[in-house]
Amino acid sequence: MKTLFSRLAKHAVVAVLGASVLVGGAFAAEEDGGTPHYPLQKPREQSWSFGGPFGHFDKGQLQRGLKVYTEVCAACHSMNLLSYRNLEDLGYTTDQIKNYAAEYEVTDGPNEDGEMFERPARPTDRFKGPYANDKEAAAANNGALPPDFSLLAKARAPERGFPTFIFDVFTAYAENGPDYIYSLLTGYQEAPEGKEVGEGLSYNPYFIAGTALAMAPPLSDDLVDYDDGTPQTVDQYAKDVSAFMMWAAEPGLPQRKQQGFIVLLFLAVFAGLLYFTKKKVWSDVAH
Amino acid sequence: MSGHSTYNPTSGFGKFMDKRLPLARLVHDSFVSYPVPRNLNAFYTFGAILMIMLVSQIITGVVIAMHYTADAGIAFESVQLLRRDVSYGGLLQNWHAVGASMFFVAVYVHIFRGLYYGSYKEPREVLWILGVIIYLLMMATAFMGYVLPWGQMSYWGAQVITSFFSAIPLVGETIREYLLGGYSVGNATLNRFFSLHYLLPFMIAGIVILHVWTLHVTGQTNPTGVEVKSKQDVLPFTPYATIKDAFFVVLFMMVMCYFVFFLPDYLGHADNYIPADPLKTPAHIVPEWYFLPFYAILRAIDFNIVVPFTEIVLIDSKLGGVLAMFGAIVVLFFVPWLDTSDVRSTNYRPMYKIFFWLFVINSIFLGYLGSRPAEGIWIPLMKASTFWYFFHFLVIMPALGFFEKPLARPASITDAVLAKASNSGASQIEGTAAEPNTKG
Repeated sequence: MKTLFSRLAKHAVVAVLGASVLVGGAFAAEEDGGTPHYPLQKPREQSWSFGGPFGHFDKGQLQRGLKVYTEVCAACHSMNLLSYRNLEDLGYTTDQIKNYAAEYEVTDGPNEDGEMFERPARPTDRFKGPYANDKEAAAANNGALPPDFSLLAKARAPERGFPTFIFDVFTAYAENGPDYIYSLLTGYQEAPEGKEVGEGLSYNPYFIAGTALAMAPPLSDDLVDYDDGTPQTVDQYAKDVSAFMMWAAEPGLPQRKQQGFIVLLFLAVFAGLLYFTKKKVWSDVAH
Repeated sequence: MSGHSTYNPTSGFGKFMDKRLPLARLVHDSFVSYPVPRNLNAFYTFGAILMIMLVSQIITGVVIAMHYTADAGIAFESVQLLRRDVSYGGLLQNWHAVGASMFFVAVYVHIFRGLYYGSYKEPREVLWILGVIIYLLMMATAFMGYVLPWGQMSYWGAQVITSFFSAIPLVGETIREYLLGGYSVGNATLNRFFSLHYLLPFMIAGIVILHVWTLHVTGQTNPTGVEVKSKQDVLPFTPYATIKDAFFVVLFMMVMCYFVFFLPDYLGHADNYIPADPLKTPAHIVPEWYFLPFYAILRAIDFNIVVPFTEIVLIDSKLGGVLAMFGAIVVLFFVPWLDTSDVRSTNYRPMYKIFFWLFVINSIFLGYLGSRPAEGIWIPLMKASTFWYFFHFLVIMPALGFFEKPLARPASITDAVLAKASNSGASQIEGTAAEPNTKG
């Protein structure tokens, strides 16, 4: 009886596995013609100073990223969740931040006469966006709303796929967002033959939600002046602004990793002590 | 509790209180002198881990609620302000979000351990059922908690999950409207979810007390599945179980902290960093990873069930999917009676062992399928995997009890322990084992 059923059980296992492979084969062909999955190409992985367990921001890079943001991206993209005072993280002095903020006019009020008035921005003000509201932003860009920059580096994460997503746990890979932004900014190309690109759109196989996006290639060589001798290339701009956006999305990233290192160290020592205590307690009992 | 209390107050205050409110006696009997089988393995520490997780979620949650604003207009930003401008706010939020995931990791290990060692069998049916109720409450709490940050996945997840209720014939739409506080997910929904998200953990805590109470009435199972027969089979909870639980709690904390500090977003969805937008549906709406197996079951039913040879639809595909999904949880309530074998531990059930591990693999696979879009190859795989899920509970479990010939089981826990000790050549002498009711 026992052998009969264990044999049956084994057959059942084989049958189920076999059936799923067959079914898989039959339908794999169908998938080729199915809905395409975006992005067409996976982001190209870069090495970032903030990657890995000891990651930190490269202040020089963030300052260059701010420059690219200010001179290029900020023409269309807001960064609502950040205040000018946050720029301290980039190594700027209070006066430098005051001067930077003062270049923008913000609406304040009402004053004692009950009127709203314009004044230069202060470090405590949020970054002033290019548009008064989302409707105006969309209207100025053919209906495509330029997304806010504050969290973009965390809000864009193309699927990693199996089995990569498992390896990511062990390599602590969390730079999907900046990799994506970098790849997108440097990934504009001519549409392949036979591929129709809608009017006002630019072909980019790295785009997460289609084959083409409403943003025309924003960067070109020598567009922004770097005064620290860093090469003024699209590639470098894209890297710097991606790093800057990662900082914007999580200014506390390096502190988080430092804390984590200390916490894990503490827990490891604690676990060790508990292990030997447990061994001692259980030493007089067979278990 | 087995055996009478051994609590013996020494101080005057202790004696005074013991005659009026014997709280110290209750704690002593439950967590000091309470006898546990001496052969429990690491999987039995997950109860303690879950206790810690519940407390940690409640504490972090209460503090987060001090900074959170349940208003559709500013909820998203209030979470970001907590992360950016509150001291240790980012840590707090990561801890609570990752903690929810880790809570489920622990509860799944706990449930599978229960299934493997037959922890649901007579006389522990009520213990098991209380556990399933806790699991259900956890799912409700986690779902509503995920809605609170008011990101894209929060919003659209709420949209999808509340639409389950509209599948119920006749009253479905009304139930859904009561749940949402309107015709669609909005500010009213957010407010009631916040209120319930704060309430449910305390209900969980209440049922956990019942769960532990029933456990302490029946006593724990153990890897042999043989009930405790003599004092030699057991050890006092303190120090033996306490120190072991503490060690494994800290190991679990290390895994959790790795995610909290190095991969806080790994277990979440990137779309939840986009504020909720009722006009923009995400390309793929997926729930949190711990719901994915059920999401696969939901979508596996893509066909109507009709009266044979007619066109009359008995159950349309939407209701069918919802029924299958809830059925996947409801079936757990009946496991104590679906399993017809009187052998508790799977260690002594050679055939069930194969099917148990098949079930584990199938459940993980269902989870993977849940993350795939419902198209192409994935649909038949979802169907096959869903079929196997129910086949395991409804056919294999009842049938095996009649056919399977179990292996010889040890006469007692002590026998099993000593056999193991002599096999491994250990020189430990039996007999020094504690007298459970006098130590500690």
